[in-house]
Amino acid sequence: MEVPILKQGHYLIASIQSALTDADLSQLREALIARVGKYRARGVIVDVTALDVMDSFAVRTLRDIAHMARLRGSETVIVGIQPEVAFAMVQLGLSLKGIATALDLEEGLAFLDAKARERA
Amino acid sequence: MKVKDTQTAVPLQTQQPSGEDTKGLLRELVAHLRQNRTQLREEWARRITQAQLLTAMTEEEIFAEATSVYDNYVEALETGTFEALQAYARNLSERIIPRGVETHEVIGIVLLLRDVLARSLFAKYHEDFTKLNRILDSYEPAANRIANTVAVGFVQERERIIRQQQEAIRELSTPVLQVRERLLILPIIGVIDPQRARQLTEQLLRAIRTNRAKVVVIDITGVAAMDSNVANHLVQTVEASRLLGATVIVTGLSPEIAQTLVTIGVDLSEMATVGDLQGGIEEAERLLGYKVLALAEPAAPSQPA
Repeated sequence: MEVPILKQGHYLIASIQSALTDADLSQLREALIARVGKYRARGVIVDVTALDVMDSFAVRTLRDIAHMARLRGSETVIVGIQPEVAFAMVQLGLSLKGIATALDLEEGLAFLDAKARERA
Repeated sequence: MKVKDTQTAVPLQTQQPSGEDTKGLLRELVAHLRQNRTQLREEWARRITQAQLLTAMTEEEIFAEATSVYDNYVEALETGTFEALQAYARNLSERIIPRGVETHEVIGIVLLLRDVLARSLFAKYHEDFTKLNRILDSYEPAANRIANTVAVGFVQERERIIRQQQEAIRELSTPVLQVRERLLILPIIGVIDPQRARQLTEQLLRAIRTNRAKVVVIDITGVAAMDSNVANHLVQTVEASRLLGATVIVTGLSPEIAQTLVTIGVDLSEMATVGDLQGGIEEAERLLGYKVLALAEPAAPSQPA
C-alpha cells in the first residue's frame, strides 16, 4: 500500500495508514527523499500512529529517512509512536537516537516551527 | 490375615469398616459428643487457655468461638459434608487474621479439640477395647479431614489477604502526577523489581499520552538501592518516553546510588539528571518556557517582570 505524502507549507507529511511491508517502506523512503528536493521542504513528518507493531526494518527505514533528509537540508520528526510500541522498541533495543520524536502531528509541526525560528 | 466379617472379629490395625458400620458408629459418636457438649467444650476452652493459644482473644471470645467450632465439628462428623465447616473456617479466619492470630494457633486449637474428644472416647470405651478401636477407626479419618479443612481454609484466607495487599501496594506505589500543564512527576519509592519497572513504564507512557506531557520528572529519592538491572530499566523508561516526544529528567540520586552506578559502570550519559526534585521541576519549567516570579516579597523588593 502506498503511503500518501502531503505537502503542508514548507513541510512534508507522510501519514502511514496501515501495516506496511518492507517494500512499501523502501518505496516510502525513496518517495520522501525525492520530494524533499522537489518541494524544497524544510521539514518531514512521519506519522506512525496507525502502527501497532514496529520491527527492526521499519525502525531502520525511519532512521535512514531522517539521515537522508538531513543530508538534503530537511529536519525529520517521527510522531505518534504508541506507548506499547515504544515499550517494545526499547526492550528490543531498537532506538531512534538522534532523531526527533513527538507525541502527535500537532506537536511535530510545533517542533518544526520552533526549529525554523531557530534558523531564522 | 484379612477378616471380612466385621461382626465377629476386628483386626487391630488398618481396617476399613463397611459403610453401614461406620455410619452407625459415627451416629453413636455424635450422640456422645452432643450429650457431653458442655463439659467437653469447657475442657477444650480450658486447654486452649492453658496452652496459651489465641492470646489475642479474650476468654469469653475463645469460649464463644469454641462453641461454634465445636458445633460445626460435630455437624461435620455427623453429615460427613465439609462445606459448612469450610465456610465457617473461612469466616472465622476472616475475623481473626486481622487480630494477629497465627497459623500454628489455629491448627493447634483444632488438634487440641481432636485430642480432647479422643480422650473422652477413651474414657467412655476403655472397658470395651474392640468397640473403642472401631469407634476410633471412624473418628480418626473424619477428624483428620476436619483438621485439614480448617487449616487449609485458614491458609487460603491468609494467602488471599496477602495477594490483595500486594495488589493494593502495587496500585498505590506508582502515582503519575501532573504538576503543571504538560509536566508530569513520577515519584518512585521503594524497591524496583522487573515487574514493577515494567508496570511503571507502562503507566508513565500512558500518562504521557493522556496528559500530552512534554517533560517528565522522575524522582528516585525514595529508592534505597540501585543495581545495573534497575538502572537499565530506568534508561529504557527514559528512551521509551522520548519516543513519545517527552523529555525525562531524573532527580534525587543519592550519593550512594551515584557511587554505585559509577563503580559498576552503568552509562547514564543519555539521561538528564538534576540533584533534587525542586531543581528538576525548575529545569522542567525552563524547558517548557515557564518563568516563576515572586509577585510580592516581604523582605526585599522584587525584580520587575
